[in-house]
Amino acid sequence: MKYRIITVVLAIAMLLQSEALLAQSSNSGMSGGILWLFIIFMLIAISLLIGDNMVRAQAKLGGIDVARDDTSFFPGMNALLGKSRPAHIKDGSYTLLTKGHDIKLEGEADQVIRPIEVNTFGVCPTDYRGIAPIPKMVVELGQEVSAGDPLFFNKKTPDIQYVAPVSGEIAEIKRGAKRAIVEVVILADKQQTYRVLPSIDINTADRNDILNFLKGSGFWPSINQRPFDVVADPEITPRDIFISTFDTAPLAADLNFIVDKKHTLFQAGLDALSKLTDGDVHLGLDARGNLPHAAFTNAKGVKKHWFKGKHPAGNVGIQIHHISPIKPGDVVWTLTVEDVLLLGELVANHRFHAEQIVAITGNGIEQRNYVRTMRGAKISDLLKNQSVDAHENRIIAGDVLSGRQVSMDGFLPNGENQLTVIPEGRNYEMFGWLLPAIDRPTLSRTYPNFLFSDLAYEVDTNTHGEPRAFVQTGQYEAMMPASIYPQHLMKAIMIQDFEKMEGLGLLELSEEDVALCEFTCTSKQPLQQILREGLDLMREQG
Amino acid sequence: MNKLLKFVKGLEPNKEKSPFMHTLYDGFFTFLYSPDHVTHGPGVHIRDRMDLKRLMVHVVLALGACYLFGMYNAGHQHFTALGMHTGFFDAANLKLHFGIGKMIPIFLVTHIVGLGIEFYYAARKGHAIEEGFLVSGALIPLIMPPDIPLLWLAMAVAFAVILGKEAFGGTGMNVWNIALLARVFIFFAYPTTISGDEVWVAGLEGTAAGSAVEYSWWHTWLGNGVFDLFGWNLFDSTAVVADGYTGATPLGLAAKGGWEAVVNVYSEAQMWWGTIPGSIGETCKPIILLGAAFLMLTRVASWRIMFSMFLGAIITGMLFNASGATDFMAVPWQYHFYMGSFFFAMAFMATDPVTAASTATGKWIYGFMIGVVGMIVRVLNPAYPEGWMLAILFMNTFAPLIDHFILQSNISKRLKHA
Repeated sequence: MKYRIITVVLAIAMLLQSEALLAQSSNSGMSGGILWLFIIFMLIAISLLIGDNMVRAQAKLGGIDVARDDTSFFPGMNALLGKSRPAHIKDGSYTLLTKGHDIKLEGEADQVIRPIEVNTFGVCPTDYRGIAPIPKMVVELGQEVSAGDPLFFNKKTPDIQYVAPVSGEIAEIKRGAKRAIVEVVILADKQQTYRVLPSIDINTADRNDILNFLKGSGFWPSINQRPFDVVADPEITPRDIFISTFDTAPLAADLNFIVDKKHTLFQAGLDALSKLTDGDVHLGLDARGNLPHAAFTNAKGVKKHWFKGKHPAGNVGIQIHHISPIKPGDVVWTLTVEDVLLLGELVANHRFHAEQIVAITGNGIEQRNYVRTMRGAKISDLLKNQSVDAHENRIIAGDVLSGRQVSMDGFLPNGENQLTVIPEGRNYEMFGWLLPAIDRPTLSRTYPNFLFSDLAYEVDTNTHGEPRAFVQTGQYEAMMPASIYPQHLMKAIMIQDFEKMEGLGLLELSEEDVALCEFTCTSKQPLQQILREGLDLMREQG
Repeated sequence: MNKLLKFVKGLEPNKEKSPFMHTLYDGFFTFLYSPDHVTHGPGVHIRDRMDLKRLMVHVVLALGACYLFGMYNAGHQHFTALGMHTGFFDAANLKLHFGIGKMIPIFLVTHIVGLGIEFYYAARKGHAIEEGFLVSGALIPLIMPPDIPLLWLAMAVAFAVILGKEAFGGTGMNVWNIALLARVFIFFAYPTTISGDEVWVAGLEGTAAGSAVEYSWWHTWLGNGVFDLFGWNLFDSTAVVADGYTGATPLGLAAKGGWEAVVNVYSEAQMWWGTIPGSIGETCKPIILLGAAFLMLTRVASWRIMFSMFLGAIITGMLFNASGATDFMAVPWQYHFYMGSFFFAMAFMATDPVTAASTATGKWIYGFMIGVVGMIVRVLNPAYPEGWMLAILFMNTFAPLIDHFILQSNISKRLKHA
């Protein structure tokens, strides 16, 4: 309260000064009392604002938390706009993100785990960004492997093993163009056996030991690094480690459901991670509605950050931007909740138990629920007993915005927890661009959709128009809850202006962060593709 | 429905043999049907239903009422000059008929020239026809005087589309607003005619008292032939311009004698409702404001630009009032919105996303500066009665610079911590 008093005193002092000035000039024979009233009102407002800011600046210098409302004369924008933190959030920081959009779709997965038998698993070297196309194979066709046994490694980093997610027989080593290895297929045993891993005590081991353990055990490829969103470089100690515990993408799997009953594993994983960075392990928590799972809210040894907002508020990249942005030269790691659980299994139970709970979603499929399997499950096995015409439907590993199209013969990429099936949209629509129909999702106010905010849509893959030049502006910015100008960044990438790319925040982003911008783009530009080209260019430049 | 699709598909010309015809076909086909294209990776699998066609057509929709009013008003001004049917709704059949007869040639010439050039370049570059000219083509007729010689119009449109747009790479690449470029071409190529008072009222040999009307078969044969059947009012080819008629526009009057001179000829209500001579589409303020509201609500146009331009004009107007050095500067600031084309420029010209500033902060600055510069040109420059065209083109030029500074501050904020 005392700050408010100081503000008022300052404002009155300034006002008296300006009043004196006014008195001198008011003899010039002006008419129009309204104008003068307006000017006086503006002067009062300006003096209040300046005074208020001076107090706040002083408070900031004095180390007082200016985000709290009592340092300002005004009731505080936060309080007015409902930006203050919800009562149930006890610890950690709180951020309200106002930009973005939740695309509500038909086809959410029911929260039941349907038993399913998956026999075939695959590991695809191409899933891992940054690996050479022809890795060195360490297994042969027909060889028996245990879960966690090395399959291949990248020739540049021979100590990082890429391992089998299940025990079984190597059924196929599929090669693609230029003899690149595209798939290593494993026929799973009925009874899983695990490779015996060196036992390691996280509390006593030093960082190097843990690093070697992670590289040899097959966990390393699950660690992503930013910038570039690639498999982490073991030479670099990350500044911080970030984990988002909620996913805001359309039809995304509920991580509260996935982490259920794995409280201790999650904590064990977090404990191991905290040994790997000199900074902090940051946990992004969901502040949108009910309290998240206790495994997240009661996590120890981490810094908690609550986010409330629409998609992409759950993206780790957006969270990093608000927690501690990636500056030039910084390297941070990002992991998913599933990765932390896998790490927990490794350090607590000393086995590579790559369990994966997958949400089967989308309006192109009948039975939508969760299935429990292992990483790298075959798609056709996951969709067993469901009639899915692969030609008439699009099967997507991941969500509809940034997932990857897979075939029935393909495999779920490492760590992916969602499979979406939606119909292909190969149909013409008469005056499709003109009619005010509300049956497809859109963010444009030229359709009446915005009046029905709770409507869940059935979608298909039609582009609803052809690619055009960039015309409309401000669209992407409205979908980017971060201080980034996506349209200008895209243009900088297209003309390969490296300085601008870096300056405009390319290094903070990954494809998923601009996916919503791409969805909403009136000109149908391929933003994710452009962004990846930019990231690849920057990475080559070193 | 499927039969129609099959029939239309059957008409498709061969792309290799006749690329121009194929481009033309493609342009019209995608107008009729949204194509069956599907997304392909990497990238999003679903797309927003919004596309550029819809964006553009919403601007055209917002202009619809301006077209209707503009046509009618062209006829109304014609008869006002003759001293006949002076009530706004008198002889509505004649006024509308006259307006349509003026509008159709202007509209056709604009589109044949503009779209022709657009189609040619699309075929030459081998890409689909971009919808940019949908809006430019709808705007150009509205900012022309009703008696514009069609040859000038054709040249202006060709100049704007070729040098203003295609030379820079087509839709989305132009630096200046296409419609305003067409207008500025006429403005500088034929300065005596456009800044005088002759072209603003249509269908007369001159605005001096006693000048004869110019009627053609459209009026005397078709119009009178049909209206005679119903016993309605007829065109009178012996009519002459009434005594005491000036045909001057409010801004022309204000420049000479301030607000007094304006209200001697036109009432405030006349100016607000737009029953005054002027460019075809810009006179009626209420329907333009409705169009502006429509664009703002659909978020097709930027409310930031509109609002800040309004603010810029108000503040500059107040400053002029405070000085009051000339009669025009002393015109109370609020009356500036009654005269001229401020609202039309604000709603439809300044908000063109391609030529405006593209950052949110930039839009505030850009709009505000248009408001300031436009008022300066209007009031302080004796040669040009209206300022918005020049102000917008001027700020179009500076929009990239504004954006540059906004982006630079974002960049330095990011790199500062390094």
